[in-house]
Amino acid sequence: MANTLPKTPMLDELETGEWPSFVKEIKMAAKENPMSSDLLALLERSYKEKIGHWKHGGIVGVMGYGGGVIGRYNDLPEEYPNISHFHTMRINQPSGWFYTTDALRKICDIWEKRGSGLTNMHGSTGDIILLGTSTDQLEPTFSDLAKIDFDIGGSGSDVRTPSCCCGMARCEWACYDTMQCCYDFTMAYQDELHRPAFPYKFKFKFSGCPNDCVASIARSDMSIIGTWRDEIQMDKDAIAEYAANGMDIKSDVVDNCPAKCMEWDGKELLIDNQYCRRCMHCINVMPKALRPGKDRGATILLGAKAPIVEGALLSSVLIPFIKMEPPYKEIMDMVERIWDLWCEEGKARERVGEFIQRVGLGNFLEAIEVEPVAEMVAFPRENPYVFYEEYFEEGDDDEEEGGDDE
Amino acid sequence: MAKTVEEIAEAMFKMVKDATGMKKLKPTDLIKAMKELYGDDVDKKLCKEAIKQLVNSGTCVYTYFGGSFIELPHREGAAND
Repeated sequence: MANTLPKTPMLDELETGEWPSFVKEIKMAAKENPMSSDLLALLERSYKEKIGHWKHGGIVGVMGYGGGVIGRYNDLPEEYPNISHFHTMRINQPSGWFYTTDALRKICDIWEKRGSGLTNMHGSTGDIILLGTSTDQLEPTFSDLAKIDFDIGGSGSDVRTPSCCCGMARCEWACYDTMQCCYDFTMAYQDELHRPAFPYKFKFKFSGCPNDCVASIARSDMSIIGTWRDEIQMDKDAIAEYAANGMDIKSDVVDNCPAKCMEWDGKELLIDNQYCRRCMHCINVMPKALRPGKDRGATILLGAKAPIVEGALLSSVLIPFIKMEPPYKEIMDMVERIWDLWCEEGKARERVGEFIQRVGLGNFLEAIEVEPVAEMVAFPRENPYVFYEEYFEEGDDDEEEGGDDE
Repeated sequence: MAKTVEEIAEAMFKMVKDATGMKKLKPTDLIKAMKELYGDDVDKKLCKEAIKQLVNSGTCVYTYFGGSFIELPHREGAAND
């Protein structure tokens, strides 16, 4: 049965721009679904009053799980009864966000029956976001989704739903099978995904190459980024063809190399691979001529976060190169050691990146049994008062103590 | 003597119950407390199993208020009927 839409002059303004508007989508859903209709009315009211009318629900969820449902109630339930409850469900997306249309139809059918019908494909977490349902519909929705092989994702202080780029499925640069790896990690850490047991959230993101299409270096606590350790593959004829077709190889490729490890004499391109930083710039500019090397794996980085409790951090190198071969035992053992330490010593709401900054990288590496290497240095040294343990010999301590008197 | 999952779950439940209204306990708080209480008779895996049992049975629930906690089931203040 079609509903009468509430009057929303301020929201209507958002439909006049050239970009698709969420207002248009909510209006479409509101014709059939009273939750969406009330949502429009409440949102218009919030725009007028400049006050949000949502309350946080911290308990709602499905039996046995501690994550995946974000509780929301409105503070005017008598006026907007259809959205008195408006909980969000995060659903674990398939690796690389590949669906059949049949699967998408089934998800939408479930949500039209159990919720507002509104979805967010996809949220910034990577999950399928199902927006708006009531507490009594959470278990039936969970059950319906399980029947079509979908599970709830992560939220709260747990492993968040891992996500990856489309990897080898569509991209020639993928240095490892990101989709398989993402799936394997998701399955291996089901317990950690559904049962929050950490000081705060922990995110894995898998990128197949340094182009990092899922921005794992900025958005995940552990970024696993594909790379190679041998030489960039080069097709000299194709390079000559680029030059013949007018590409200015010096200014477009060589001068933009961050390591300055390339030379172009007008005929031949030389790459000093030992200084290559695997930034992908030259490969992106001349994809027919250059390719990642053949000895491929990944760099593992740790510690990124967005600014919530403290400022933003990018991940920094933990393992410069590792072969990415199932069952990833070496990586998972290291992950366990990191979690053990962080759970033991981390403060509430302290991300692993912040934890490393607090305890110091040296102490952190020692505790997780990883040897320090030069690639871990994120910035050049700024403080000259650095204590290099291996340079001190017996008796040095006495000299140090003597020096304190000065 | 090594403890059973049931024994750990019972001890954890008592902790959560005693802390109700005073402090929200995180799973890590419970695990650390069990290690302190029982020493080498418990390990992290056993403690996680105990938490799982408490939550799966509905004796305790996970809650989220800026971080994730384990509490007794209750009606939260923000909830609408």
